[in-house]
Amino acid sequence: MSTLVISDLHVDVLTEEGNKPILKGVNLTVRPGEIHAIMGPNGSGKSTLAYAIAGHPKYEITRGSVTLDGVELTELSVDERARAGLFLAMQYPVEVPGVSVANFLRTAKTALDGVAPKVRTWVKDVEGALGRMQLDKTFSARSVNEGFSGGEKKRHEIAQLELLNPKAAILDETDSGLDIDALKIVSEGVNRYSAQGDRAVVLITHYTRILRYIEPTFVHVFVDGRIVAEGGKELAENLEATGYEQYVKAAANA
Amino acid sequence: MPNVAGAIETIESHLHPEPSFDVAKHPMPTGREEIWRFSPLKALRPLLAEGAPLGGLDWAGELPAGVEMRKVPAAEARERAIEPPVDRVAAIASQRTGDAVYMNVPAEAVIDEPIVFTATGTGQQAAESLVVDFGRHSRATLVLHFQGSAQYASKYDFRVADGAEVNLVYVNDWDGDAVHGGQITVEVGRDARVRTIHASLGGKAIRIAERAMFAGPGGEIEQFGIYFVEGGQHVEHRMFVDHNAPHTKSNVDYRGALQGHGAHSVWIGDVLIRKVALQIETYESNKNLVLTDGCQADSVPNLEIETGEIAGAGHSSTTGRFDDNQLFYLMSRGITEDEARRLVVHGFFNDIIRRIGVPAIEQKLLAQVERELELVHGSTATKDHE
Repeated sequence: MSTLVISDLHVDVLTEEGNKPILKGVNLTVRPGEIHAIMGPNGSGKSTLAYAIAGHPKYEITRGSVTLDGVELTELSVDERARAGLFLAMQYPVEVPGVSVANFLRTAKTALDGVAPKVRTWVKDVEGALGRMQLDKTFSARSVNEGFSGGEKKRHEIAQLELLNPKAAILDETDSGLDIDALKIVSEGVNRYSAQGDRAVVLITHYTRILRYIEPTFVHVFVDGRIVAEGGKELAENLEATGYEQYVKAAANA
Repeated sequence: MPNVAGAIETIESHLHPEPSFDVAKHPMPTGREEIWRFSPLKALRPLLAEGAPLGGLDWAGELPAGVEMRKVPAAEARERAIEPPVDRVAAIASQRTGDAVYMNVPAEAVIDEPIVFTATGTGQQAAESLVVDFGRHSRATLVLHFQGSAQYASKYDFRVADGAEVNLVYVNDWDGDAVHGGQITVEVGRDARVRTIHASLGGKAIRIAERAMFAGPGGEIEQFGIYFVEGGQHVEHRMFVDHNAPHTKSNVDYRGALQGHGAHSVWIGDVLIRKVALQIETYESNKNLVLTDGCQADSVPNLEIETGEIAGAGHSSTTGRFDDNQLFYLMSRGITEDEARRLVVHGFFNDIIRRIGVPAIEQKLLAQVERELELVHGSTATKDHE
């Protein structure tokens, strides 16, 4: 069972001009099997939330906590958080020239499990996970994210999600830059992962489009570094019609 | 048609002095000269001194059937050379060569297995001249593997005739006190294809002038290099590609990792595109990964363009530390920081090694990189946990 609890989270981004507060008290509990969509305008701090929870060195948590199954993540290094069961599908996956997808996946799996995966089943697992994302066999010989199309990068992220099968996943704008076919493929992957029933999913998105394929348990509106409204999927439908403006104005007047 | 002649300043060519066998034409450097300003003159001192002929390294290797190799008088090597020495070390190498070596790969010979020679220094000062002719339409791979210790000055000439396909591999795997300086000149024949791979892994000071020129149109040369420079070590590759014929191509890509106090790498990437060299294509790249404080990487790409009618010309140079985003990405998948660094460095070199296209050499170099990584592993880890 996997519960992700974010409590009163305050985060600064480190810039050359000094610290700049971005997150101003985020509270969110994601129970096993739930999918929480976090929606907000550009610059609201959605990606900061994702990166701060994963431990990116550019962000500093100044207050609050994040626990996964009771384990305090904010005290752990980036790799320790991943080994505690956290996964971040990135909006801009990073190129690692000269490191093949196959080598990367095997190294990650070995690090997470503490032992190298069994060769025979592993190769099949990798081919299966890539195949379900419609990435062909030659894909595993390519350098990680190097020369990948936007869609290939995102499908590679979700292939990792399925293969590494973490306790909790934060998907940071996985839908951005995808055409409708790729969006369906990616959504199916997320749904398969979530259908296991005991995983926690945080789906960060700017658009409502992906919510046609992935049904969220809850929708949260994120403005100016905090959650300002919560509801079911009907909230996303309202946003589709009215946009973020009312929330942005309300936050500005608060 | 891209015309870059107007966009890029044409500079006076002070980097390629008139080559000469006459040592007097190469005065003792003071360290202020453009071609010497990065070099450790003190370490190179024995290689700059005139004197009696010296012996060579201990060479071992198997010669395939049909390939001829013999000792020749130094004077004959000078006559067969593609060009005279361009600096004092090469001039001294030539002057102090006792017996020179001449190798000939006959025309149309196709030699699948790499020709591998191991040259071992025995702690002595040494000077050698080597001239190799690769005949028309021949195909061969020559690997020169240096080890042991020496103060070694060398002058090598590789003439690749029309239509030949040749790989030249130099592995500088010297002991920690070795000093090696010299000149390697490659002439690329009409429609010939040459690939050179230069791996510098050991030694106290290495300074090699690598020069390439063409004997006709349509030739191609690719030059790949990797170097691992440790504290107190100096590794200097001075590249010069002379596009002196039309429709020729060159691609130079050198990558190095530096770690430890006083680790110093120098990469000079000169390209000259002459008036006659229409429709040529060239790209030069140098990347340095600085693993610790106290290292210095000098990287100087330089294009001189005398015609605007070219297909493409460019260069790039980057020197930096680990990319935080790469480490973050790998670590966010559970990979430890040490392992992530190892993967990034491995990838950095593998990116070059995989393009070599000679499996035996790729495997050998990957193993060498693995070994170097094991050596640096502890100290980079210490560094990062500060």
